[in-house]
Amino acid sequence: MKNHKSNLMNYITGYILSILATLAAFIIAKESLVSGWILVYVILSIAILQLVVQAVFFLHLSEEDGPKLNLTTFYFMIMVVSILVVGSLWIMKNLDYNMMPEQQNQHMLDQYNEGGF
Amino acid sequence: MTKPHTTNHEQSLDKAKFGFWVYVMTDCVLFATLFATYAVLRNNTAEGPSAKDLFSLNFVLLETMLLLTSSFTYGLALIFAKQNNKKMTINWLTITAMLGLSFLAMELYEFNHLITEGHAWSASAFLSAYFTLVGTHGLHIIIGLIWIFVSIFRLKQGTLNIKNNNSLTMLGIFWHFLDIIWIFIFSFVYLIGVAL
Repeated sequence: MKNHKSNLMNYITGYILSILATLAAFIIAKESLVSGWILVYVILSIAILQLVVQAVFFLHLSEEDGPKLNLTTFYFMIMVVSILVVGSLWIMKNLDYNMMPEQQNQHMLDQYNEGGF
Repeated sequence: MTKPHTTNHEQSLDKAKFGFWVYVMTDCVLFATLFATYAVLRNNTAEGPSAKDLFSLNFVLLETMLLLTSSFTYGLALIFAKQNNKKMTINWLTITAMLGLSFLAMELYEFNHLITEGHAWSASAFLSAYFTLVGTHGLHIIIGLIWIFVSIFRLKQGTLNIKNNNSLTMLGIFWHFLDIIWIFIFSFVYLIGVAL
């Protein structure tokens, strides 16, 4: 019985924290409280925070007993995803910068300076 | 006599759950490739509209809240399933399905709106990447909804037992995972797209 109650508390806590995180990110973006790359980092941090909240309170990743296989594959997924996303952006940024025809260079440089990819 | 058999059965169900978890993790990798594609192509608008011109943040916030709430109500259904309360499980599953359907309807409305305004996936690389990313998520939502309806149907036909309890747990993993993916779509495609 106690287990069910703490389970319910888990879901309620996760739900409230997720709503708060969503609203915080929404207000920061909507009211342009910060701008440029700082905005990207702030929104990214809030999204990752919410990922952790939901992994703990909804997916119960921290409560696994025995060998923590789910958690291990989760970490492996995070590693693959990071390499994939960061690597792709890094490579494409360099390609844009180095391999465009002469007349496009200025355009790409402008985009680069604006903080685009 | 039945005890070793039950243990074996539980073990194989645990294996099935782990296998499903591994599938969900690989699905995250699929979404990561789509996110990377979108991030690379988001400025290639072919002189057309960019994210800033197209998306309404209030609309997307409502979508996010619907999906988040459905993730929560699914958790409640799971709690009642573990308590062997079939009626309440079916009720909360139905509420979850309704919230999921509302989310899907809003997403389809948005797609339809974009396409009739002339901003279909063929208009620019940005829109191709956008429709692929958000459309793949929507496709997963459709599959999840079908799975929820099948679960409701099966519960109405039969009783709660270890087998369909296990299936509900796996569906829960899938549904929470879709919510997490949506958080990243909400943050990167919509919030950053409109604000940056």
